[in-house]
Amino acid sequence: MKGHTFWSDLKNYKVLLLMLLPAVAFFLLFAYIPMAGIVIAFKKYDYAGGIFGSAWNGLDNFRFFFESGDAWRVTRNTALYNIAFIAVNNILQIFAAIMLFEVGGKWFRKLTQSALFLPYFISWVVVGAIAYNLLNYDIGTVNAMLRGLGLEPVDIYNTPAYWPYILVLVAAWKSLGYGTVMYLAAITGIDTEMYEAAEIDGANIFQRIMKVTIPNLMPTVIILVLLAVGNIFRGDFGMFYNMIGNNGLLFSATDVIDTFVFRSLITSNDIGMSAAAGVFQSVLGFATIMTVNYAVRKYDKDRALF
Amino acid sequence: MKQLDRKIFSAIGYVSLILLAVLCIFPFILVVSSSLTEETKIVTDGYQFIPTAFSTEAYSILFKYPQEMINAYLVTIGVTATGTLLGLFLTSMTAYALSRKDFKWRNKFSFFFFFTTLFSGGLVPWYLLIVNYLDMKDTPMALIVPMVLNVFYIIVMKSFMSSIPEAIVESAKIDGAGDFRIYVRLILPLSKPALATIGLFLALAYWNDWYNALLFISNENLMPLQYYLYKMLGNMDGMRKAMMGAGAVVTTAIPTESLKMAMTVVATGPILLAYPFVQRYFVQGLTIGAVKG
Repeated sequence: MKGHTFWSDLKNYKVLLLMLLPAVAFFLLFAYIPMAGIVIAFKKYDYAGGIFGSAWNGLDNFRFFFESGDAWRVTRNTALYNIAFIAVNNILQIFAAIMLFEVGGKWFRKLTQSALFLPYFISWVVVGAIAYNLLNYDIGTVNAMLRGLGLEPVDIYNTPAYWPYILVLVAAWKSLGYGTVMYLAAITGIDTEMYEAAEIDGANIFQRIMKVTIPNLMPTVIILVLLAVGNIFRGDFGMFYNMIGNNGLLFSATDVIDTFVFRSLITSNDIGMSAAAGVFQSVLGFATIMTVNYAVRKYDKDRALF
Repeated sequence: MKQLDRKIFSAIGYVSLILLAVLCIFPFILVVSSSLTEETKIVTDGYQFIPTAFSTEAYSILFKYPQEMINAYLVTIGVTATGTLLGLFLTSMTAYALSRKDFKWRNKFSFFFFFTTLFSGGLVPWYLLIVNYLDMKDTPMALIVPMVLNVFYIIVMKSFMSSIPEAIVESAKIDGAGDFRIYVRLILPLSKPALATIGLFLALAYWNDWYNALLFISNENLMPLQYYLYKMLGNMDGMRKAMMGAGAVVTTAIPTESLKMAMTVVATGPILLAYPFVQRYFVQGLTIGAVKG
């Protein structure tokens, strides 16, 4: 009987299933088959054998990855950068959204929002070019200004210590508009009656923001932050690669898992270790997302991912 | 008292927003102005916000040998157009099937797609698959196919289509329309706002893509614009270093610094020109996402 309904369902859904077929084939090919390809991480890859024909070598690839000392460095960098990005980006975005909501007329709001959103639209390659423009030792604007003030120029591209600050600034710059628009939408959704009530109670604007806007914004903030925390072990390859490239002098402060995996694969062609680092990242990421989703479920069941 | 609070607040608001807006736009002005500054001035005084010595030399050199740039442009336009259209078609068709409430297996399929955002095999197996098994290296396919479908776009499109009243589908079914026909004739025209938003997100991603080219393209004729720019920025640096290493005085024969900036301007130009017109669709898309959660 069960089999019968299955076949009749199949017939009913024939067209819908055909419509899903390209997407199913796509994700099977580009997502699920590569998941099976994780076995490379446990093999000594050779080109003749390919993914499934190469000889097993147990946990050797992982051992190399962890014993090289790179594992700890790139994992720490990835997590710390993401934590800094989450904190700085969200605070700036919420600040800009509240200000945009409270201050100015329609035109001011529109123009400012357009300006803030602009960096979102350009590629990381262009951002890299702009950064070079500003930070370059010989002709960068920052050093030109320092020289103009009679100060010593700084060799930024040779000094790892500056980079955490630079990268946090660049990330904030690129994502400011995007986040501001999201938070602005959430603020616009707050019930205006609450503002009116605050007004009647004689609250000034600072009190209104602290007592009405921010508490009402909190659910959105918590969800967005938690979701971002779920991706804490995913580095933004485009940003790190275009800002630092192959400048090994800076790696101690700037290398993240994604750039490490890329270099091991393309530059040093160490396929086994690169795959091992990738698997390590995927597993860590999966565990984090599951934990975070559990937290979101506890907080607000409707906003959980699954 | 209340008036004063308001005034202080407004002052803080205006000043900080204007400051942030200026910080967001400043780098763009720097690039444009550097591209229009005489090379010797850049070398002695650094990049400048206002050209102290105006020159269009960089652009005239760039347009004297434009073949490579034009070729990169054509690759990017072709990839962006094909990828966006194909992506929109596949995304909307998939989303439509998933949005049909009478489709019993829709949650199972949704999870099949969604799971790929939670766990992945990592870069290496994906890369080897495309290069060694699908033989896509140095083909336009490598620039189009990997980005054509994105789970988040499917989800946004699906939630938009779910808001279309079911009665429309019901009555079309009674009239004897098939599922595909309903999708093409009824759902697509009603989904125009979502199609515009997702289409622009796709187009932006394709236009700005350099990552797939970095991984899969070594044939110069297939280099898209952003990757060409990336290559040029690196190459000229290398050239300059090599010249200095050989003990040569940095010549101004090739104005490398202003040329870099001119290239950046030409590669970013279309986005900056389209920006005022398309911005609201992006805002719309984000707002839908924020409200739906």
